[in-house]
Amino acid sequence: MRATTVAALLIFSAAPAWAQARDPGVGAMGRPGDYSFQGGAAVYSHVCQACHMADAKGAVGAGAYPALANNPKLAEAGYPVSVILHGQKAMLPLGNLLTDQQVADVVNYIRTGFGNKYKGTVSAADVKAAR
Amino acid sequence: MADPSNTPMNRRSLLSMIGTVAGATAMYNAMTEMGFAQESGYSGPPKLGQAKPGASVLVLGAGLAGMVAAIELRDAGYKVQVLEYQNRAGGRNWSLHGGDTYTELGGATQHCQFEPGHYLNPGPWRIPYHHYGILHYVDRLKVPLEPFIQVNYNAYVHSTMAYGGKPKRYREVQADFHGHVAELLAKTTKQSLLDQDVTKEDQEILLQALRSWGALDANYKYVKGRTSSNRRGPLVDDGGGLNSLPTYSEPGAMSELLNSYLWRTIGWGHDFEYQTPLFQPVGGMGQIGKAFGAELGTIIQYNAKVIDIHQDERGVTATYVDAVKGGAARKASADWCVCTIPASILSQIPMNVGGKMKAAIDQLPYGASVKTGLQFKRRFWEQDDGIYGGISYTNQSNALIGYPNFNFFSKGKGVLQGSQASGPGGILISAKSPDERIQDMLEYGEKLHPGNYKSNFENGVSVAWHRVPWTLGCSGAWTEDGRDRHYDNLCALDGRIVLAGEHASRLPTWQEGSVVSATDAIVRLHAKAMTI
Repeated sequence: MRATTVAALLIFSAAPAWAQARDPGVGAMGRPGDYSFQGGAAVYSHVCQACHMADAKGAVGAGAYPALANNPKLAEAGYPVSVILHGQKAMLPLGNLLTDQQVADVVNYIRTGFGNKYKGTVSAADVKAAR
Repeated sequence: MADPSNTPMNRRSLLSMIGTVAGATAMYNAMTEMGFAQESGYSGPPKLGQAKPGASVLVLGAGLAGMVAAIELRDAGYKVQVLEYQNRAGGRNWSLHGGDTYTELGGATQHCQFEPGHYLNPGPWRIPYHHYGILHYVDRLKVPLEPFIQVNYNAYVHSTMAYGGKPKRYREVQADFHGHVAELLAKTTKQSLLDQDVTKEDQEILLQALRSWGALDANYKYVKGRTSSNRRGPLVDDGGGLNSLPTYSEPGAMSELLNSYLWRTIGWGHDFEYQTPLFQPVGGMGQIGKAFGAELGTIIQYNAKVIDIHQDERGVTATYVDAVKGGAARKASADWCVCTIPASILSQIPMNVGGKMKAAIDQLPYGASVKTGLQFKRRFWEQDDGIYGGISYTNQSNALIGYPNFNFFSKGKGVLQGSQASGPGGILISAKSPDERIQDMLEYGEKLHPGNYKSNFENGVSVAWHRVPWTLGCSGAWTEDGRDRHYDNLCALDGRIVLAGEHASRLPTWQEGSVVSATDAIVRLHAKAMTI
């Protein structure tokens, strides 16, 4: 199981700098390469869909996760690259967890799937430049 | 829990006497000597005095921070109203029992089927003895506590990458680690390599200490024998009568132990927040939130989803809708507002505060955490493994297994906490459906309890905090840089609004953070209210 490989690395990561109600293997945000899966679909289903959901339609409670499906904000590729790398509001910055290639792949995936048909692709070099 | 202030000459009254006689500096010195001043930022409930006649406060959120604020402000004479999104009090102070239903974002609904008396704490599950703030309210609200077992020497530490994937007992790993380190240091000392740092007289004492601390033999060796087995546990213990000789256990090799990285898991209980004793409420952590809710009664309006917060020179108005039925927006107004809505949610609600506070709210991400409760036919961890409460650690994504700290030796069923998965592993598990999560946790658990975990499983529930509709995450994931730039701006009073909650404390994720944050916030709010 892939998750096992991932978690095996986590326990050896640096501990958080301040005390938290967490136990070992818990809390460190990891680093690019911790996730071994490749390709936009895999990155989406293992990471993004935790909040944006499998159908990319987001969800609404006391607050909301925005839909990525049919989302005009994805027209400009630099926008999702920046949000994924640096986070936005409650969203965790994932730049310290995903590789340049994984970010590029998932941006290309969401910009051409879930009802989005935006032109142009993002490369790992583009992501690196945006870090 | 007895109130310490009722005893004739307790620590606090002694300190206040010293303070009166000798002044604040002397009192601080005395406090530090008594190990008190550095323990907690909490120095008792706020002494607000009397509110101005007719003064009112609107509290947003009925988690611990909101309810601490509501109780204290009410007691000071304020007219208090609390708006809460959920249909219950407590917020992240929460326990899922049999019969409870939980619907996560995305729509998956789980029906908890635990036997009566069993539960999962999806959020906090332990209270350190020095978290005086939360303990004050536990005492005030008469919530019974029992011990929470943080360190169990007979629980497992496990890595899929060490010892063939077989779990080790905590006590074996700790004894071997201490033993090897002590032997090395003793050897170094005897080779006179420490002569520049340690006097000859101190070296003698150091050697004695190392022998005692590391369970070394008379020759300062960590080897198989009575001394080491007395620490790491023998294979067969001393018996009675005939055939009573023990069988000693063989210490593990140092290199294998170092490369297992299991030494990382034995230090956790040494940290201040995890030092024994710790406590848990009888019947689940959620008992505290329930007790707060009962105390506040109709002051709390449930199912109120706040959609706008507006202040002007006269007061604060929150606009809200019914979280279940929707319908027309309603308004609640007061002179002042204590807003405990998590920053993850608050960043999406229009609120006219200054740019600095807004920036502080917007910069705080919320972390992943997944907890899972698993019910088993029998308590095999007790009956087959001799583990009574406490925690086993693993390098798998579930991170740990928490054993129930009550009903020991019961012949009935038991509910384990099958995960506290956060960080990158927590994100992966959050992306799965509740059923998939439980299946994964069973696979992980089977590695620590082979032959028992899957075969005795009956039912389970799982809470992935990124899918919790009212928090969108576990807790505020501050960075040191973010704290330096934004923390003070988050906590500062903005006009008539002050924020409170674990995110507005330096004890993130802890309930104590919510209590000390709320306490500090209302003291400042009240001081300002008295000047206008």
